[in-house]
Amino acid sequence: MIDLHGYGWMLMEGLKVTLLVGVASLALSIVFGLIGAWGKLSSSRAARRVAETYTIVIRGVPELVLILLIYYGSSTAFLRISEALGAKMRLDLDPFTSGVITLGFIYGAFTTEVFRGAYLAVPVGQIEAAKSTGMSRILMFRRIILPQMMRYALPGLGNIWMVLIKATALMSAIQADELVRKARIAAGATREPFTFYFAVLLIFLAITLISMQVIRYLEAWAERGVRRA
Amino acid sequence: MDLLIVWETLPQFFAAIPTTLLLTFSSLALGLIMAVPLAVLRLSKNPLLSMPVYGFVLLFRGTPLLVQLFLIYYGSGQFREAFEAVGLWTYFRDAWFCATLALTLNTAAYTTEIIRGGILGVPHGEVEAARACGMSGPLMFRRIVLPKAARIAFPAYTNEVIFLLQATSLVSLVTITDITRVATVTAARSFDFFELYITAAIFYIILVYGLSGIFKRIEHMLSGHLRERPGAESQPAGGATVEGAGSLR
Repeated sequence: MIDLHGYGWMLMEGLKVTLLVGVASLALSIVFGLIGAWGKLSSSRAARRVAETYTIVIRGVPELVLILLIYYGSSTAFLRISEALGAKMRLDLDPFTSGVITLGFIYGAFTTEVFRGAYLAVPVGQIEAAKSTGMSRILMFRRIILPQMMRYALPGLGNIWMVLIKATALMSAIQADELVRKARIAAGATREPFTFYFAVLLIFLAITLISMQVIRYLEAWAERGVRRA
Repeated sequence: MDLLIVWETLPQFFAAIPTTLLLTFSSLALGLIMAVPLAVLRLSKNPLLSMPVYGFVLLFRGTPLLVQLFLIYYGSGQFREAFEAVGLWTYFRDAWFCATLALTLNTAAYTTEIIRGGILGVPHGEVEAARACGMSGPLMFRRIVLPKAARIAFPAYTNEVIFLLQATSLVSLVTITDITRVATVTAARSFDFFELYITAAIFYIILVYGLSGIFKRIEHMLSGHLRERPGAESQPAGGATVEGAGSLR
């Protein structure tokens, strides 16, 4: 086994942060995704334009650049704006919040596409049936569309989770105390960088393997009511 | 907004474009060279051949590229004496070598899966026809399977190209002056983080959509024989359409 020189607990703390950041970002990306999908499917041209621009821009910019931009850029941008308005206010995002917002925003562009596809997969007849029984739009969304959308969206969301959890490693660039940064600290103290980065590599591999199993199980669970030919 | 600093830094941004593109294309080329034989091994019925490739693909697709890069660049320092003994230290000391190695292995793993998918997509009838003509295995692979698989895999490979282009931004964390690092280094002195990272983002957007446009053109050319002739009634029946740039992988 790998000798971690007593820094194992530190990696475990990092793992906790990594998982927390991952889950929080995924939740936020689902919110952004639902809004984005609503925009893309909206009959309003302006809403479609905004949603379209959002996904196009996010797909063209590296995650690292956006993470650095929002963490370092937000406070200077906020200061400039508040100065222009005559008030001197400061906004300091901690790395954790800033990273979660950024990752949620980035992966929201991908969940947008997932939810858009999932909505379109709900048979039109069911929407017509819901309308004909007199359901309000909100009730129809909650009872008919959303539950089915989630089933269609599950494989896509699983895919996003697998990519997103790996992307949390980039938050080490803004000093968030996740796995990679913890490994970096431990590596500096022990002068054994290989040992610690290798341990982190194995931890991420374990996360991936476990996630694969859980997603497979969830998909089977979500499809329990579906008849197969 | 401090646009003066952006204007003054523009020459450095332009000077960094070749770095970003060189890293992208050298890793892509080396990764592709690795991926074709790996995909064939991966499809082998012999588990002694397919399982190691499966392990390689899982390792590099299941872990963050950043960790792979740090493991190679910083991790190699732990074995400095051993590397010096075999004369490899001059390579592993070099950030460029380590970055290219990490990007190459990473893209090789993803490309292996893409090509594997392409080979699996080749219709069996074409293989039967090639056999019926008396083609040997390697000849059939070279003339029938590989060209067809390449066309099938091309749209997915385009996404990989875009992804790798964006992934090169990680090399800025191991001291290579690419587009991202120009923004980081300049902003560290002037504190114009917002303006400079926005500029870097615009450079990436232009490169990403430029490259994606070029690859769409290539795909169009590759699928020429599958399209209806101009003026025909039905819609173009060309290969699968490319999804938006930078799609998830």
